[in-house]
Amino acid sequence: MTTYILRRVIQGLLVMLGVTFICFVIFRFTGDPAIIIAGQDATPAQVEEVRQAYGLDKPFYVQYLLWLSHAVRFEFGRSFISKVPALNLILERLPATVELALTAVFLALSLGICLGVAVSIRPRSLLSRLIMMGSLAGISTPTFLIGTILIMVFAVEFGVLPPFGRGDTVLIGNYWATNFLTLSGLAHLILPVLTLVGYQLAVLLRLTRAGMREVLGEEYIKTAWAKGLSPQRVVFKHALRNVLIPVVTMSGLMLGEILVFSIVTETIYQWPGMGNLLLTSIYEYDQPVIVTYIMLASIIILSINVGVDILYAFLNPKIRYD
Amino acid sequence: MTDRRRSKFRYDFLHDPSAVFGAAILAFFLLAALFAPLVAPHDPYDLTRVNMSDALKPPVWRAGGTSAFLLGADDRGRDILSTILFGCRTSLTVALGVVLLSGGFGVSLGLLAGYYGGKLDAVVMRLADTLFSFSTTLIAFLMLGLFKQRGVLMVIVAIAVVDWVRYARTMRGSVLEVKQEVYITAAKATGCSDARILLKHLLPNALAPIFVVAAVDMAVVIMIEATLSFLGVGVPLTEPSLGMMIAIGKNYVYAGMWWMVLFPGGAMVLLVIGINLFADWLREELNPKISRRR
Repeated sequence: MTTYILRRVIQGLLVMLGVTFICFVIFRFTGDPAIIIAGQDATPAQVEEVRQAYGLDKPFYVQYLLWLSHAVRFEFGRSFISKVPALNLILERLPATVELALTAVFLALSLGICLGVAVSIRPRSLLSRLIMMGSLAGISTPTFLIGTILIMVFAVEFGVLPPFGRGDTVLIGNYWATNFLTLSGLAHLILPVLTLVGYQLAVLLRLTRAGMREVLGEEYIKTAWAKGLSPQRVVFKHALRNVLIPVVTMSGLMLGEILVFSIVTETIYQWPGMGNLLLTSIYEYDQPVIVTYIMLASIIILSINVGVDILYAFLNPKIRYD
Repeated sequence: MTDRRRSKFRYDFLHDPSAVFGAAILAFFLLAALFAPLVAPHDPYDLTRVNMSDALKPPVWRAGGTSAFLLGADDRGRDILSTILFGCRTSLTVALGVVLLSGGFGVSLGLLAGYYGGKLDAVVMRLADTLFSFSTTLIAFLMLGLFKQRGVLMVIVAIAVVDWVRYARTMRGSVLEVKQEVYITAAKATGCSDARILLKHLLPNALAPIFVVAAVDMAVVIMIEATLSFLGVGVPLTEPSLGMMIAIGKNYVYAGMWWMVLFPGGAMVLLVIGINLFADWLREELNPKISRRR
């Protein structure tokens, strides 16, 4: 078990090394890094100074190692546009994205599993058919279209919900601005969360239903029915447990998707999060911010992945530890 | 496929209304996309014909609409109906391109990894898992955002960078099952070369699940392309795209011009639903674990 965990952690670190190399190539070969670091309005003498200080006149591999030593300390220079360190800029936007994404993931996961189970128990009832039709529409409508339609209906047509911004936020501990403590904050959260939930909810619902349909036909479920267990026990204890592992694994792996769909959602609603910042930075060629975002996103995605793998090994005794 | 299986397949298909409906929608859009230059009332990307004075014309049934622009015109005076037809053409070109490119690559890698196992298998599958956890859309978005080159081919390649993983995983799993069959052992015993076993025995027998993956993938890719174009990193402004039409229409939502979003959006959702209905049916048809209703 220890060797298995160790191996997964080492593999994760190797992938991270690969990501730093790709980021280095982006940084080095799209624009002159000396100008990037010194800032665009630096004098030629300052640029030359930076070039020597950062070893940009040295061979490729020396440069990479130097870059790496800065990367582990998260020093990627200052943003072209706002002139503050790129990392600070992103960390400032982090709470907005985390609150939006976590609320959406929580709702998608809990509703998706509940509805998936309900639909698989009574596959032919009218309500189940309606839910399945809804989920078909859900997986067939991209996030940006859901968002635009929600704005059309609730903000333009009925005018009941605010279509942009975060509303009033409350500062917790001088850093974390939260939406959950004011009425306006909660109202501003509704449409973006619904937008982000739609597609993921439909995917998880269908995954749960597909798993349940397979499991409910297995011999051990027939046995459970035959020995007279209550329906709740059969469905939740015997069937759902065996479906849950792939569903939870899947939702752990959906993080990359959540990140990219939060870029879409934040853009539509002018939500002041990391995704919105990334898109603006891409339009404005703001490399330091882009590279910092990629590094940060990779760290989050990889650590969650390694975490899920280790959890999975604990949950499923059949997994090979070699 | 034996004759008997083929006729069961046809029977099941014709007796499942949602499968026929889905396939009909897909066929309709394929024809519309193929013959777009013939059936579209305008050529929205012929700059000599597009006239700024037609900009933001409403659909024909609303005050100020003309029969020249059945579904209205966009902010530059391009006919919305024609742009939708040409946009579907782009969507389906990208979808087929990605399915062929990543399908070809993924199936070959999955075949080799499943058959040879060992180091090759471990490396390929670990790479696949890692790439997939970053998500197809995220990688494609970053690639297209960083390399400022635009074009249908760039979009296809950027999506395929991660998308092949779907095919490789499924193919590997399928090969691992088929490898156990007696006829593979027999083929080995009679001294068949590896190449012959791979191409003549394993590939055709392990390929069935790939069709389900390809069908689902088409729907997914159409949505990814639209998302990329919506964000402004997909196909260039000079090419028609449903995602871009919706991005333009979004600016006029507050002016109440819902048709600029709902017509291209509706066309895309209908196309994707059609593909998904057909894919759903195919998955159940090919899955022996689920008993058919009849």
